[in-house]
Amino acid sequence: MKDEKKTKIIKTIKIDVDKCNGCRACEVICSAFHAAPKYSSNNPARSRIRVIHDPLKDVYVPIYAGEYAVAECAGRDKYTIDGKEYDECAFCRASCPSRDLFKEPDSDLPLKCDMCEDEEEPLCVKWCITDALTYEEREEEVEEEEEEQEEMEIGLEALADKYGLDKIMDTVARMSMKG
Amino acid sequence: MRYAETGFNLEIDLTRGNIERVATDPRDTELYLGGLGTNAKILWDRVPPEIESFSPDNLLIFAAGLLCGTPATGCNRTIVSTISPQTLLMVYSMMGGFWAPELKYAGYDTVIFRGKSPTLVYLWINNDKVEIRDAAHLQGKGAIETAELIKEELKEPKAQVAAIGLAGENRVYYASIEQGRSSASRGGIGAVMGDKGLKAIVVRGTKDVNIARPAEYLELCNEVLEHIKARDGNPIPGVMPILAGLGSPQEMAVHDEKWHTENFMWGNSRTRIRDFWTEEIAKAWMETLESARTRLISCYNCPMKCGATLSLPGLPTYMMKCFSKLTYTLAAYSDLDFGLKIAQRATEYGVDGYSAPQVMAFALELYENGILTDKDFEGMPSDNEGRFYWLLDRIVRREGIGDVLANGTYWAAQEIGNGAESYAHNNIKKHEQLPLKLSMLNPMYFLMYATGEKINITQIEGNFPQAPFPTREEREEFVKDWIQVPDEKFKQYFLDWELRGENSIPYYPTVEMCCEIVDWQEMMHYIDDALGMCAGLSSFPLKPPYHIHNYPKFISSGAGIDMDEAKLTQAAKRYRTLVRAINIRRGMRRKDDKPPEDHWKKRFPELEAELLDKYYKFKGWNNQGIPTRESLHDLGLDYVSKDFIQRGILTDGEDTPSKETSAEKKNEV
Repeated sequence: MKDEKKTKIIKTIKIDVDKCNGCRACEVICSAFHAAPKYSSNNPARSRIRVIHDPLKDVYVPIYAGEYAVAECAGRDKYTIDGKEYDECAFCRASCPSRDLFKEPDSDLPLKCDMCEDEEEPLCVKWCITDALTYEEREEEVEEEEEEQEEMEIGLEALADKYGLDKIMDTVARMSMKG
Repeated sequence: MRYAETGFNLEIDLTRGNIERVATDPRDTELYLGGLGTNAKILWDRVPPEIESFSPDNLLIFAAGLLCGTPATGCNRTIVSTISPQTLLMVYSMMGGFWAPELKYAGYDTVIFRGKSPTLVYLWINNDKVEIRDAAHLQGKGAIETAELIKEELKEPKAQVAAIGLAGENRVYYASIEQGRSSASRGGIGAVMGDKGLKAIVVRGTKDVNIARPAEYLELCNEVLEHIKARDGNPIPGVMPILAGLGSPQEMAVHDEKWHTENFMWGNSRTRIRDFWTEEIAKAWMETLESARTRLISCYNCPMKCGATLSLPGLPTYMMKCFSKLTYTLAAYSDLDFGLKIAQRATEYGVDGYSAPQVMAFALELYENGILTDKDFEGMPSDNEGRFYWLLDRIVRREGIGDVLANGTYWAAQEIGNGAESYAHNNIKKHEQLPLKLSMLNPMYFLMYATGEKINITQIEGNFPQAPFPTREEREEFVKDWIQVPDEKFKQYFLDWELRGENSIPYYPTVEMCCEIVDWQEMMHYIDDALGMCAGLSSFPLKPPYHIHNYPKFISSGAGIDMDEAKLTQAAKRYRTLVRAINIRRGMRRKDDKPPEDHWKKRFPELEAELLDKYYKFKGWNNQGIPTRESLHDLGLDYVSKDFIQRGILTDGEDTPSKETSAEKKNEV
């Protein structure tokens, strides 16, 4: 029997910076949707999408909150695209110590985009009627996926890297004898 | 908890350097909503008519509208109110942009300035931390330049800045307050800010704005977005393109300026140039705009792209919207390239794009006619464009003739004398207007121009079409989905309105119908100006997403104030009447309620008198335009009639005016 290739849905928000009009409706609706109860308040500072903008330099980059980073980058690069200079942070999704983006203003806890789970499409996309943000779902073939590791397994793997598997097995055996 | 509003104002005493955070009375919100409404209440209570514009006791009030900072699309307006140095009346100029929502997120609805700072300062509002900071190093800096410098020195790129330029510092009567892509320009509010020694107000906020009934509110917001999307692909047939869509007139997007250049007046609102718009000019102007414009841009939380970023060779980048695009061009009989270039300098100086070009054209007309002479213009270059730059530079510095011209055409003409008065011909209540001269009186516009206390003939009209449609079929088609009418009778008025014959201008719509139509249009503007909604999505265009039927729901579910159409209509009438009361107390009377003398060629004095008589009555005002005791009582404004009686404006017992105070007094500068 022939192996069936596995596929998974990749959710993609396509960002066309040329179409962004800088209105920040995406920030409004994102922060409203994630308020508790839903829509009970809004506050762009809590939004998981921010428009990095510098109107006089014509810089408009909508950017989504990604993973939390414990440390900031060692240096900063600058990109020049079509004659406009961008700080590399303009394209970085991390909630990181170098900036106030993607942190709860009260607690400083990191925020991360969840693509508005349960909604038809992310609400920032729905509210961006200038189409700077569009949503696409596509199926992608993936390599035979490894069984998802359980939490303990991940921990054990790290220990095995450090002490070697034999040592761990000895230790486990010893501990169970004691038990 | 307060919803939509924060429930706090900032009181800033610039003389003493005192800052207070003051809780507001929720009952005032219910009665006056917010924005223009609550500003009018504050001005009535605290600025008696003896207080002149440049008195330390005059207040300068920056209010975020009631629904600003909520997810309601397009609700982002700052309403600035004070006493105008030019009209000597209450002025409420407004700006879109990003400032008002930021103020809400910082935790305040309104900032009220009183007193005068001995040195130039700016106010820095950073959530709970509010401080008055030295601005000596910003003296003489451009308004946009100032904003950039402040953001840099505070290391707050996300702060929003409203600033004045040199014109405001030097108390030019038509100085504006600039806020990046937006400005509050009309009536000289920038001069009051400069008089108070206030260079800028900087705000940054990271707090929540709360909604009373979230799910209901969001559904209303989504309906508005759907309406905007639907209208985007379906322009209204039968009207010219700038009236067919939503938003402000899309001046930054359109290239075809045939209508403006051939129907508006050039110079000092003097000459109409028919056949101006040639293929050659169309091509040249298109190239100018295309090469200058880097992006179409929006205000906070709004998909309409009414503004643009403009970069002209050798000049700093700036942002523009709407009709400033052509005002300098028309005033100087020049081209778009000149218009966009001088507008860059004018924006940094911070002057009103309607008054400033007209004042300069007025000066040159006086020069050509020998009323002003070579002596007044010593050192002025001989080329046309150069003269405008020269005049602008003199005006904002109040140098030489510029010092006279800085007071606007009305006061300059008074000072110059020698027949100059007749050249200040395009004013309403001493304030320069759009350069528009037409042939046949339009009774609805007559009422709007004469009685509108925005004192501005642009964007006071709105939801009722400006002209009849030629065929009944077209009219029937138009009324089919006309859900915005407050009453079905307006559909009939429109259906029966013909281009010619018995049912045509000026006797149809009838006087009674005109009163109702003008009242409806004005009410929608007043509601917008209290809620902070952009007129471009509500009171200004045809068939907008916001109207009298969904606004009460927005207010109920958003602000948690029990509201229905009757109550909202009454509230709008209340603070509209209060605005009139403030001006009546400052001496405004029927004699002031008139359009520019030459606005129409064909006038109908009897009809005009009847229009005013009936409209005053309809509004609950007496024959002098003074709100009557009875109507004030109905609106819960007995405190106004009490004051009127004390001052002898109304007499106890009957509603006849006795003595008049004077709005004609020359201001000291």
